[in-house]
Amino acid sequence: MSAVVFAHHQLTPTERLRDAGWIAFVALILGIPLIGLTTVDVGGRLAVDTRFGLLAMAVVAAFGGRLVLRWAVDHLKGRKLARQRAAAGNAGGRAQQVVNVLGWLALGASVALPIVFSDNRYVVDTATTVLIYVMLGWGLNVVVGLAGLLDLGYVAFYAVGAYSYALLSTQYGWSFWEALPVSGALAAGFGILLGYPILRLRGDYLAIVTLGFGEIIRVILVNWTEFSGGPNGISSIPRPSFFGLEFTRRPAEGSDSFASFFGLEFSAMHRLIFLYYLILVLALLTHVFVSRLRKLPVGRAWEALREDEIACKAMGMNTTNIKLSAFAIGAMLGGFAGVFFAARQGFISPESFTFTESAIILAIVVLGGMGSQMGVVLAATLLVLIPEFGRNFAEYRMLLFGMAMVLIMVWRPGGLLAHREPTLRLSADGKAARGGA
Amino acid sequence: MMLSMEGVHAHYGHIHALRGIDVAVQVGEIVTLIGANGAGKSTLMMSLFGSPKASAGRIVFDGEDITRLGTHEIARRGIALVPEGRRIFARMTVLENLQMGAVHADPANYDADIARVYAMFPILQEREAQRAGTLSGGEQQMLAIGRALMSRPKLLLLDEPSLGLAPIYIRRIFQIVRELNRDHGMTILLVEQNANQALRVAHRGYVLQHGEITLAGSGAELLASPEVRAAYLEGGHG
Ligand SMILES: Nc1ncnc2c1ncn2[C@@H]1O[C@H](COP(=O)(O)OP(=O)(O)OP(=O)(O)O)[C@@H](O)[C@H]1O
Ligand SMILES: [Mg+2]
Repeated sequence: MSAVVFAHHQLTPTERLRDAGWIAFVALILGIPLIGLTTVDVGGRLAVDTRFGLLAMAVVAAFGGRLVLRWAVDHLKGRKLARQRAAAGNAGGRAQQVVNVLGWLALGASVALPIVFSDNRYVVDTATTVLIYVMLGWGLNVVVGLAGLLDLGYVAFYAVGAYSYALLSTQYGWSFWEALPVSGALAAGFGILLGYPILRLRGDYLAIVTLGFGEIIRVILVNWTEFSGGPNGISSIPRPSFFGLEFTRRPAEGSDSFASFFGLEFSAMHRLIFLYYLILVLALLTHVFVSRLRKLPVGRAWEALREDEIACKAMGMNTTNIKLSAFAIGAMLGGFAGVFFAARQGFISPESFTFTESAIILAIVVLGGMGSQMGVVLAATLLVLIPEFGRNFAEYRMLLFGMAMVLIMVWRPGGLLAHREPTLRLSADGKAARGGA
Repeated sequence: MMLSMEGVHAHYGHIHALRGIDVAVQVGEIVTLIGANGAGKSTLMMSLFGSPKASAGRIVFDGEDITRLGTHEIARRGIALVPEGRRIFARMTVLENLQMGAVHADPANYDADIARVYAMFPILQEREAQRAGTLSGGEQQMLAIGRALMSRPKLLLLDEPSLGLAPIYIRRIFQIVRELNRDHGMTILLVEQNANQALRVAHRGYVLQHGEITLAGSGAELLASPEVRAAYLEGGHG
């Protein structure tokens, strides 16, 4: 069958026809016994009948199908090649511009969203969830995307943050704003605690140990009932206030609530919208923080570590500290998200911190394109919205979710936005604006 | 004396890769290390760097015992390594790679150092905004050398810099080694499969076999030695 063409050059029409002809010929040969001849029952005895009309149709279908398939494959390959050439040619300046514009649009849209949907509880709630995942994605992005350390137990830090706030507020009466930094620091501490024993591990081994760590935290939360409330979790967690103004219908004697202070009629939406803006601000701060870090020596060191650990050591970098800092900062951001989560839900239990959560957050980072901040936003939006839209499909929604992930990875193996922005830009005269290296 | 290894042993698990190595490098010398595949050349260089740590013996660099120091601490003492297989930071740009080489150098020298590297390898300047992984093999090797030079090392370790390069690049690499030594006074320890050319640029050389130094001498002596000729020169490497 050497005449079937596998060549990568652009095919001429004759070559295409010949190629399809061969396939049709093969179909004919195979088709004679499979389709062309059939046995029929004639008065209790088997006889052979012919179905050459059907066979002819099958052969024509094979011929046409091969033509179309070949053309489609070539077309896609050509486009991919063209894209790769374009990407290699300029280091993605155009792509970066598009991403930047996209980012500002997304920011505008997210600021406007609760104003437009001010009486749609469902939309604001879902958008808040998206933002939590964006923040978690950005946090994990430091560990996985930048430092290249595969962490399958990220949800543990989310849990540490959430439980820290829940306990500090319900047991010791701390406010949201007091508990936020402390919980973040606690989560960072756990990050270092996890980081130490696994400094020497990489890749699959690292993934397994972090997976175990995530489970250990969850199992402790389930079983240490006196401390964490066990499977029942912790409820009546205080909600954050707006600079001391509570979101209640009836404020306590002698104090104002948010609604009464601003002379508004009480509405449950106020709190939801406030929570939405709160996570938006937290997420934006996270973004600014991580983008800054990326341009500082520590951020560069993370990326260098992802690329080649031995080379890093040979450059005199202390890889131990670099790894621990990545774990600590990633964990801290996860902790912040956890605090917000607990404050928003008012109730937490170990069920919110299962491996599935870790998997989803990791999927957001990978689908977004490892290390790309905008990619995380896109992926988080998709991964939260797909199951929401899928609600009509009831039990098939997770199937839909899985399929979407597979399709994204097939379509964009490097992630939605795989482009990496250099940490320094060249000015017009070709001289680099130096970061703090 | 810039560097001396005295009776150094090194292990990978139960593999005994270095068996009592004595090597000395004087200030301003080019010293080359030749040997068959698996002789332990890369291990020798890496053990200088504390990875693997010497299990016995002593390594003294610039008057200080560095045998027990961590890899990054040794690097900061002024040894730079161009590792086997280049190990550039593929997804970072050329300029970023060079900057990573300077992370622990004095920032005051940065501009002068980058200018020096660009003067030595003009192609790197042309490609400074390009992703390093998209450079050709020879360009990547130049980048790896340039990156190592950015830290202003006292001693430069080159592990098979000519590996997999076209003859024109190989000549260029050896020319650079010679220039670095002659014009910048750089002390260089060079591992090479290309024994012929390596021995020609080197002041002295060592032959490594199964983790032991079997021969030592000036470059010219080793080039003339019948053992070296039989094992490393006439076997097709020449
Ligand atoms: N990380 C490692 N783990 C276990 N064994 C190793 C490791 N690195 C090297 N070895 C073994 O140590 C011995 C020396 O290896 P080394 O890499 O030093 O050889 P080399 O002289 O550099 O060879 P080449 O010319 O092929 O680069 C070999 O037998 C090798 O299999
Ligand atoms: Mg080697």
